[in-house]
Amino acid sequence: MPTLTLIQAVNDGLKVAMRQDESVLVFGEDVGPKGGVFLATEGLTAEFGKERCFDTPLSEDGIVGTAIGMAANGLRPVCEIQFQDFIFPAFDQIVSEAAKLRYRSGGQYTAPMVIRTPYGGGIRGGLYHSQSGEAYFTHTAGLKVVIPSTPYDAKGLLLASIADPDPVLFMEPKALYRHLKADVPEGHYTVDLSTLRQVREGDDVTVFCYGSMVPVVEKAANKAAEQGIHCQVVDLRTLLPLDEQGVLEAARKTGRVVVVHEAPRFCGYGAEISAIIAENIIEYMEAPIRRVTGFDTPFPNTLEHHYLPDERRVLDAIEEVAKY
Amino acid sequence: MQTTQSTEPFRVISGDGSVGNHQVALTDEQLVHCYRTMLTVRAFDDVCMKLQRSGRIGFSVPNKGVEACQVGAASALRQTDFFFPSYRDFGMALYHGVQPVEMMHNMFGNAKDSALGRQMPVHFSFVEPIKFFSISSPIGTHLPQAVGAARAFQMRGEDHVALVSFGDGGTSSLGFHSALNFAGVWKAPVIFLCQNNGWAISCPAEEQTASDGFAIKGQAYGVPGIKVDGNDVLAMHQAVSEAAERARRGEGPTLIEAVTYRMGGHSTSDDPSKYVPKEILDQWAEKDPVQRFQSFLKQKGLWSESLEADLTREATEGISAAAKEAEATGAPGLETIFSDVYAELPAHLRAQGEAAFDLARRKGSADAGDGAFPL
Ligand SMILES: Cc1ncc(C[n+]2csc(CCOP(=O)(O)OP(=O)(O)O)c2C)c(N)n1
Ligand SMILES: [Mg+2]
Repeated sequence: MPTLTLIQAVNDGLKVAMRQDESVLVFGEDVGPKGGVFLATEGLTAEFGKERCFDTPLSEDGIVGTAIGMAANGLRPVCEIQFQDFIFPAFDQIVSEAAKLRYRSGGQYTAPMVIRTPYGGGIRGGLYHSQSGEAYFTHTAGLKVVIPSTPYDAKGLLLASIADPDPVLFMEPKALYRHLKADVPEGHYTVDLSTLRQVREGDDVTVFCYGSMVPVVEKAANKAAEQGIHCQVVDLRTLLPLDEQGVLEAARKTGRVVVVHEAPRFCGYGAEISAIIAENIIEYMEAPIRRVTGFDTPFPNTLEHHYLPDERRVLDAIEEVAKY
Repeated sequence: MQTTQSTEPFRVISGDGSVGNHQVALTDEQLVHCYRTMLTVRAFDDVCMKLQRSGRIGFSVPNKGVEACQVGAASALRQTDFFFPSYRDFGMALYHGVQPVEMMHNMFGNAKDSALGRQMPVHFSFVEPIKFFSISSPIGTHLPQAVGAARAFQMRGEDHVALVSFGDGGTSSLGFHSALNFAGVWKAPVIFLCQNNGWAISCPAEEQTASDGFAIKGQAYGVPGIKVDGNDVLAMHQAVSEAAERARRGEGPTLIEAVTYRMGGHSTSDDPSKYVPKEILDQWAEKDPVQRFQSFLKQKGLWSESLEADLTREATEGISAAAKEAEATGAPGLETIFSDVYAELPAHLRAQGEAAFDLARRKGSADAGDGAFPL
C-alpha cells in the first residue's frame, strides 16, 4: 500500500474520482498548471486536460456560483477556495444557494458538489491565512461539513463527499498537509460521512477534537497517560451532520469531557458538543465540560503559537477535568 | 490621452529616455526623488528576499518591474490624499516619506510594528506622513472602502482624493464592481489604479478577463478609463495627476490601467518559472522601469555616476540598517493578542488573557512553530 501525506491523499482522491467519473471537474484559483498553492491539484491538468481541471478568474463568488449551476446540470464540480479565509465572497452562494436549493425546490433541483478549502493556522499566515471558520457553516442547514485529520480519512472522506448527493464543504487542515505519511489504499474507497473515529481508547477523560487539533490532542493524551490519566480521543471528522449517538456514547463512557478546536470559543463548534452532552446526559457527567480553543480575537501572526491550542493547554484541561 | 482600447498605452518616456516635446511637470528634485524611491524599493526587495531565504522573516512580495506605477502615481498626489494600497505598493509609502524601518518592523512583526505583529508581512498600515490604509489580504475588499473615503471628502467639501490600488486579478472581485458602480453614481473623488502586471499568482491576465484590457471596464459604470504605460514614471505621473484634478474639480472617478509586468514571483513562496514564459520575461526585462527612468534622467542631465553611487549606497545602507534595527526589536507581548479587538477590553477577553498568562506561569510559554508560508 502506498504511504502518502494528507495532501497527497487529497490529490490521489481527486485523481481517482476524475478517472472514474467524467463529470467530475476541478477548478479554482491557481489549481491548473501551478497545481494549487499547496499542490493539492498537482498533475490534474496534465492528466485530465484543461477542460476538467482549470484556473478561474479571481472570484470565489464566481467559483461557487458556477459550481452550483454545473451541479444542477449534471456535472460533479469539486472546486477549490484557495484559503478558507477567502471563502466569504462566496458565502451567499454557499449559504443562500447551494445549501437551500434542494429544500426550496422540493427536491427538483440539487447541488451535489464539493468545495475544498485549506483552513487553520500554523503557517504564520496572520489574520487572513489562518482562520477556522467551520462554525459559520455548521450553522447552515443543507450543507455538510467535513474535516479529515489523517491521510486515509482525507481520501476516503473526499471520495464520499464527491459521491454525496448534497453540497459538502471539505475543510483541509493545512497544518497537517505534510505532517506525516500513512498507508492509503489505492483506487476507490469511501469513509462514511457522519461517523466519528476513535483515535485512542481510555476510561478517564474523553477528548473531542477534529482536523489540525487531533495530533495535538494525541500528544497531550500521551503525556496524560504518563500521569495515569487515560484519555479516550475522538476525531469528529464530519461536523455536519454530526454522529450524535457516537458523541453521547463516548462522553458517557468517562463522564469527563474536554472539547478542543482551533476556532474561537464563543459560539464555536465546541459549544454545540457541550450543549448536546448537557442536554442529553448531564447526569452522567462527573466534571464540568472544558473547552480548549482559539481565543475570541482575530488570528495573530507573530504570536500565533500562543493563539493555537497546544499540548500544554490541552493537557492542563485534561488534568483539571480528571481531578475534579 | 485616449480612453479607447486597443490603443497603445499612453507613454511619455521612449525606450532611449527621450520625451519629445513633453512638458515635464515634476521638478528636478522630485525627479531625483522618484529615482531614489525606485532604488530604495529594489533594495528593500533584495534585503527581504535574503531575510526570507535565511528564515528571518516569513514572507515578502517582490516589487521588481512595477516600481514606476507606484512611484509615478504617488508623485502625482498630495500627502493629504488617502491611499488604499495593495500589498505590492512599497514605493507609494516610501515616496511620501514612510521610513523604511517602519516597514521593516512590519516585515518582522515585532513590538514596534504599527499592527503589533498581528498581520503577515507586507500588510502595512500607516497614518503618518500619509494615510496609507491598513492592508487586508482578501482581494478587492478595499475598493468600495476607498469610494466611501472619497465620499467623505466630497461631503465635507474638501478637495482631497482617494487612490485605490489593486491588480488585474482584483478586477474580478465583487468589490471592484460595487466600487466602480458607486463611484460612478456618486461622482466620488476616487482614482482606481489597476496595476495590470500580467499575472494573478499563476493566472495570466488573458484568462482573468475576456475584455480588451482593464481600462475599458470603467465604461459600463460611467467611469472614464485610460490605459497607461506602467513602466513609465512620467506617464503614470501625468495620468494620475489628470485623474486627481478631475476628481478635485468634482468631475468624479477615473479608472487607470497601468500596463506593467511582474518580474519576480507572486511572493517569496512562489516559483514563477513553472508558469511564466521566459521569452516574455526577457521582452519585459528590456522595458525595465528603473533603466528607462535612468535613461530619461541622463537625457535631462540629472544623472551621473556619482549620483547613482550615492543613491544606491543610501538605499542599501538605509534598508540594511532598518532590517537590523527591526530584527533586534523584540516580539510583541502576549497582551497584544487581546488588545484592539474592541476599544475597550470586554470581560470575556480579559478572562481569556488572564488564563493565558496564568497558564504560561504554571506550565511555561508556548513554543514558536516554524510554519513556512506556502503562497
Ligand atoms: C478573495 C481572495 N481570493 C484569493 C486570494 C489569494 N490571492 C492572493 S494574491 C492573489 C492574486 C492577486 O492578483 P492581482 O490582483 O493581479 O495582484 P498582484 O498580486 O498581481 O499584484 C490571490 C489569488 C486572496 N488574497 N483574496
Ligand atoms: Mg496582477
